[in-house]
Amino acid sequence: MTFLDLHLPLDALTAVLIIPAAAAVLLVLLPGYWLSARLNMLASLATWLVSLTLFVERPAPSPYLFVDDLNIVFVVLATFVAFTTSAFSASYIGHELEIGRLTPRYLRFYHAMYQTLMFAMNLGLTANNIGLMWVAIELATLTTVLMVGIYRTHEALEAAWKYFILGSVGIALALFGTILVYMAARPVLGEGQDAMVWTALISKAGGFSPELLNVAFVFLMLGYGTKVGLAPLHAWLPDAHAEGPTPISAVLSGLLLNVALYALLRFKMLLAANPAAIAPGPLMVTMGLLSLIFAGFMLYRRRDIKRMFAYSSIEHMGLITFAFGMGGPLANFAGLLHMTMHSLTKSAIFFAVGHIAQAKGTQRIADIRGLTESHPVLGWGLVLGVVAIAGLPPLGIFMSEFLIVSSTFARAPLLAILVVFGLLIAFGALMLRLNEVAFGEPTGSKAPVKASYVPLFAHLALVAAAGIYLPGPLVAWFQAVARLLG
Amino acid sequence: MAGQYFDIAHMLAGGLVLLSMTLLYQDRMFGLLNVFALHAVVLSTSVAWQGHIQGAPHLYITALIALVLKAIIIPVALRRMVVRLGIHRTIETVVGVGPTMLLGMGLVALSMVVMLRATATADPLAREDLAFALSVVLLGLLMMVTRRNAVSQVIGFMSLENGLILAATGAKGMPLVVEISVAFSVLIAFIVIGVFLFRIRERFDSVDVAALDAFRGERR
Repeated sequence: MTFLDLHLPLDALTAVLIIPAAAAVLLVLLPGYWLSARLNMLASLATWLVSLTLFVERPAPSPYLFVDDLNIVFVVLATFVAFTTSAFSASYIGHELEIGRLTPRYLRFYHAMYQTLMFAMNLGLTANNIGLMWVAIELATLTTVLMVGIYRTHEALEAAWKYFILGSVGIALALFGTILVYMAARPVLGEGQDAMVWTALISKAGGFSPELLNVAFVFLMLGYGTKVGLAPLHAWLPDAHAEGPTPISAVLSGLLLNVALYALLRFKMLLAANPAAIAPGPLMVTMGLLSLIFAGFMLYRRRDIKRMFAYSSIEHMGLITFAFGMGGPLANFAGLLHMTMHSLTKSAIFFAVGHIAQAKGTQRIADIRGLTESHPVLGWGLVLGVVAIAGLPPLGIFMSEFLIVSSTFARAPLLAILVVFGLLIAFGALMLRLNEVAFGEPTGSKAPVKASYVPLFAHLALVAAAGIYLPGPLVAWFQAVARLLG
Repeated sequence: MAGQYFDIAHMLAGGLVLLSMTLLYQDRMFGLLNVFALHAVVLSTSVAWQGHIQGAPHLYITALIALVLKAIIIPVALRRMVVRLGIHRTIETVVGVGPTMLLGMGLVALSMVVMLRATATADPLAREDLAFALSVVLLGLLMMVTRRNAVSQVIGFMSLENGLILAATGAKGMPLVVEISVAFSVLIAFIVIGVFLFRIRERFDSVDVAALDAFRGERR
């Protein structure tokens, strides 16, 4: 999409928002599956390419939008996974149309919502204004609610409704926290715009009223924590993952949870910049650890394959929150790496699971057997993905989990034991189910399915490569961000 | 003059807390809807009053949205819905009225203690407004967990959201208030449309697939 850069007076930051927004409008108007699926891919690719240019040239921060070392990582990761998911979605949705699960009318709606979601996530990630960030995350919630309910089955509608109500309560609490942050900032930064602008907030955070910031953080933690899927507030997550179209499960796990986590990290930095405020770390550590162990146990009782990987997402988001809660350069580095690896691996798993569910015509684990025999490419893809997500060497997640555990051992051995315990529990459950699903006598349909393997194996290749060798510039970048996070 | 301004703002915010408590013990659907409409009217008056004393005309837009959408359109729509579903005589509560009221009082006390202590340095109008707003938010949450019926849960959520608008308008000079209230109105509209389309009667309080076997609204 280089011609955009050449002919339009747009900086890359605006383009990252305008491309999905314009594509969403176009997709509402365009009929036909072939054209809209291609346009969806093209727009996602363009957004990703433009986001890459942010590394080279960074626009100056405005009161509404900005880019810094932290959010650029999130934006590039989000747009990349959005692009590969759109490629997966093209073949997945094609199959859903064939079997009549999705009608052409909803198809148009689906694609438009996909790009609207990309717009909302990019806006949330690049917003310099905490109010704007809130609005963007609300928009992202609404679009995903609509997409979760798109099949119009009772289960899908119920999942969408549950997600909606819990998400709305979370969003409401986050808004109260945002208002409190404004109240804390107002005496220092004055009334109006400035007191909600992130760059202004962080530079003056030392002078804010610590009591107000403390109360604000509790609300923000509970509010955005609901959207991250942290343990006592996670109830919406498995339903939303299981009942919606699989590309949406991939985007939810791989991206939307990250956006909420990003919001949480921003406010954590704000509190860390104020010496008199409570340390936000212990709260995040507690909730993260709780999610990790709870989800580990819950994994054993799952009968639905997508639901199982949704619980695995809760587990990993818990681990990431734990790492960021521990703080310090090494734990933050590990947290960032783990977040990246989890996004790539989990979306790859959902790519495989989506096609598998289509091939077998079911999501019930008990009805899926012997995948490596009946569908070798998909089966081994899933095996590789699950091995990666379970944290076996030499894949990327092993490295990030190893870093998290070892950095925790050095500072709080007791916590590290709990983390290892949680990881082992989850590992056992994943291996148990993988063994059932992938090996043994094949059941169900053996008919080949038209699948797109490129996104799946591209993600897995990246995860494998990261486990063996991380390029120097990337390490340096992550280290810089880790220092920024404090 | 300033003292009088404060008194009226406090009276309106306090009225909102009182109405939230009233919502808690309504055991008839229509009564619930009427009290909620009144809740929205008081909120709208309070927002308009804040717009007046802060000299912030954009707050009148927020007040107007609250009045038209939440005091008129939504209660009327929900009333038709309730008649059609035939649920106007029953409200099943999970917890009895007595304990709910006690819990409600506890929450109001809690928010007073927390907010007044946390905002010792802020200006008095804002801090008391904030304490009232937090009470309304917590009472809304309490209502959502003590009701089984989707319509009354939605009302609980909307009263919670009224508390947020109260907080946002009480925070003097806060930018994007109108935008945020519009964004929230969209959310509310979606919820109400959702109740309409899906005919949801009960809340969904289970996590697992077993509970998803049957669509619970159809089962009764």
